[in-house]
Amino acid sequence: MKYAFFLGCVIPNRYPGIELAMRNVAPKLGIELIDMEGASCCPAPGVFKSFDQPTWLALAARNLSIAEAEDLDIMTLCSGCFGTLKETNTILKEDSAKRESVNAILHEFKKEFQGNIDVRHFVEVLYNNIGVEKLKNLVKKPLPLTVAVHYGCHLLKPTKYRKVGSSERPKFLDELVEVLGAKSIPYRDKMMCCGAGGGVKASSPDTSLDVAKEKLQNIKNVGADCMVTPCAFCHLQYDRGQIDIQNKFGVAFNIPVLHYVQFLGLAMGFEPEKLGLPNNAVSVEPILRKI
Amino acid sequence: MGRRTAFRTRQLIRRALLGFKDEVLSDKDLWLCTTCYTCLERCPRGVDPTDVILAIRTMAVKSGHMLDRHKGVAGFVLGQGHAIPIDEANRKLRVSMGLKEFPPTTHSHKDALEEVQQIAKKMGFDKLVGYEWK
Repeated sequence: MKYAFFLGCVIPNRYPGIELAMRNVAPKLGIELIDMEGASCCPAPGVFKSFDQPTWLALAARNLSIAEAEDLDIMTLCSGCFGTLKETNTILKEDSAKRESVNAILHEFKKEFQGNIDVRHFVEVLYNNIGVEKLKNLVKKPLPLTVAVHYGCHLLKPTKYRKVGSSERPKFLDELVEVLGAKSIPYRDKMMCCGAGGGVKASSPDTSLDVAKEKLQNIKNVGADCMVTPCAFCHLQYDRGQIDIQNKFGVAFNIPVLHYVQFLGLAMGFEPEKLGLPNNAVSVEPILRKI
Repeated sequence: MGRRTAFRTRQLIRRALLGFKDEVLSDKDLWLCTTCYTCLERCPRGVDPTDVILAIRTMAVKSGHMLDRHKGVAGFVLGQGHAIPIDEANRKLRVSMGLKEFPPTTHSHKDALEEVQQIAKKMGFDKLVGYEWK
């Protein structure tokens, strides 16, 4: 299984530990990652999709064309990148007028959007292509933890551009967590947004953190050992966000936040250093002591 | 956002329908939608409110209403190819982890960055956000 590995911005430039985890875990899953040389920001949906759709489409098409040139489907670990690339890929495949105007620009750079690849999110590849049963055989160190699973919005919605799972009561990520020996714990408003998307984290940081704080409190209330997310931007919001929340609102939650690939890596027996876990903002020590 | 702020999607769309153009386009609350798409998924009439909000944002930007922080994000992509560019601390962190100091993106390929910049120029995106090329 071979994928063009789309890094985005948050992962390589703020959470390289997630990139490291993916590069370490992939071979054991039978996934070969091919770097997308010269890829840019997806570009960020909050600003680009809001400001100017043609620019959003053109810059995304450039990224898509890099994977097309390798004849590979794209795989991402960030739901923001997944959203932009999945949606633009669908729009450009279906709308010939938009495809032609994007290609008129790309042709000047000897690039072209052809529409012959797919865009995938890592967790959805795991669930649909590798499967929970196979994953079970790769677990070396079951994780006896209670986990607050956070799906995030753009992995699932809008469903008109992706059929990943139910947008109201999805189950697949809970299954992916539980197959590793953990217990996915129900909590209030589990499907609530992290508060970072749509450009809100950039423009209204306090409001954005206030939204994150509500969910963190709900998670604290049920006594989860940690939170697991499939999205780099949600991860940033809840991990670094806890430090900001402490500084701004004086509340300390101390809830470890792991990207799913980091959580999976632990269960596969990787040392925390190989998964970038010591570099998370909120200490993961409490869960390492339990496993 | 409705649960944490005074932002009301219904009010925004109603005001837009009633033609309060300047008020709607200049309202900072327009930028409080996180685009969680819950309203779009649930709307029984297929109104797609999130897409409406994005369309109104595009109109707002075209008439000069944009927030400085968003211009900043746009500027990072135009200048470096990334909305969140690498910094010194993360360059060091990457090296300490055994990763390449710069990711294999526009950060490692000057020609790729120039391509991104040229595409943005051709789209007029630099002018739209008032980006000053160095």
